[in-house]
Amino acid sequence: MNCPAPVLQANNLGRQIESSWMWKGLSFSFYPGDRVGVVGPSGSGKTLLLRVISGLDDAQEGNLSFQGKALRHWQMPEYRSQVIFLPQRPALLEGTVEMNLQYVYRFSIYQDQTYQREQILHYLSLLGREADFLKRKDTELSGGESQIVAFLRALQLSPIVLLFDEPTASLDEDAAKNLETLVHSWQQQQSRSLYLWTTHDQAQLKRMTDQQIHIWKKAS
Amino acid sequence: MTSDYIAMGPWQLAFAAALILINLIFSMMLKLQLEKMLWVASLRMVSQLLLLGYVLEWIFALQNFVMILGLALMMATVASVSAVSRTRRRFGTIYLSSFMSVAVSSCFITSIALAGIVQIEPWYHPQYFFPLLGMVLGNTLNGISLALDRFMEDLSARQNQIESLLAIGATRWEAAHDSVKEAARTGMIPIINSMMVMGIVSLPGMMTGQILAGALPLDAVYYQIVIVFMIASASALGVILIILMAFHCLLNTRHQLCTARLHTKPSGKRK
Repeated sequence: MNCPAPVLQANNLGRQIESSWMWKGLSFSFYPGDRVGVVGPSGSGKTLLLRVISGLDDAQEGNLSFQGKALRHWQMPEYRSQVIFLPQRPALLEGTVEMNLQYVYRFSIYQDQTYQREQILHYLSLLGREADFLKRKDTELSGGESQIVAFLRALQLSPIVLLFDEPTASLDEDAAKNLETLVHSWQQQQSRSLYLWTTHDQAQLKRMTDQQIHIWKKAS
Repeated sequence: MTSDYIAMGPWQLAFAAALILINLIFSMMLKLQLEKMLWVASLRMVSQLLLLGYVLEWIFALQNFVMILGLALMMATVASVSAVSRTRRRFGTIYLSSFMSVAVSSCFITSIALAGIVQIEPWYHPQYFFPLLGMVLGNTLNGISLALDRFMEDLSARQNQIESLLAIGATRWEAAHDSVKEAARTGMIPIINSMMVMGIVSLPGMMTGQILAGALPLDAVYYQIVIVFMIASASALGVILIILMAFHCLLNTRHQLCTARLHTKPSGKRK
């Protein structure tokens, strides 16, 4: 990496809930290939940080920019097609896994793209799952499996930044390792990509991240 | 339509009131403790209607357009407050949104119908304007109230789903479209249901009244058809308006779902 421009940059970011600051004064610059852990005790606002970066919530202080352009100048659907937040408890639509994967192509932002079944099957094989997983109904999925579907749904759209919120918290060890493998292979294919990752698992933090940002709730 | 109907006098009213005495006696014999409620309800009904009779005589003599408009807006205000009072959640501009959708839909449809269909001169002739507006308002407020309640409940219940979709690039409209659709459907159910069985299961009150007053059944039916179409189109318009206004308040132009703007009514009571 010979000094490329930062993909994601924050300057003095602060998030307030009612009158108390969850965190403030947060600054960072992330570059292609970065693997970032978001670390802090429960309730410190790690999820809130990911939500602010994804533009689902606003920061009360500071600015955030992506590809050198301030967030407020981005059209949100376009921005969020490149910076995708994967919530810890994603809610899927009623229907099969495959229907959920295909559904996003109805959005105007993806109207030029089409669903690639082969690619999904390839991802599934990396996750150690068969093609019949696509036929499963949303109601038959465990919390961890729903997260996998949400991850695949995002992955097929070739995002640049992925914001993982405890992506393996509801998976067993093998499934978690498989998911990590898939994240690795995504990052190798997408040379400009980077991700943020929250977890309470120290070993995973070591495996999956090279740098960490620490946040904690400031006494108000 | 001449006045070949049997007018009711004080004697007839007294006799009708006596019918309720039977119930009072039963209630006392069986210790049902319904007497007080029956008594209060009867008194309220009689006094409210008598008052209305006098007010209507005064209203029907109105010639001044501004007075008529003012009265219509007052009725719309009461209807819009009552539409909100039946919902469980609130947002900042809910009363304004409710008033706008109630007033615009009802006044617009009633005026169009009077000017274009009934073709009365002037189109705001109070004897036609207020009874029709009243019927349209009463039904529209029902639809608006149901749609509004459903929309807010749906957004709260589906918050995760909507945000999951927003987070991967859906516009606010794409992400919340299911909730919009459900709310619109819910708001239209009462009028659709009543149209489905009208004339078979239910005999509309207005039509019955006209027939009792001596109108030919077919004439009364024609009138009723016009009214039902007015109610249906005003309901649809009001439902669409209230959903769009709530949508714009609760999902902003940054494509964020602002559930923080929704709060539950303190008592949480529904009528």
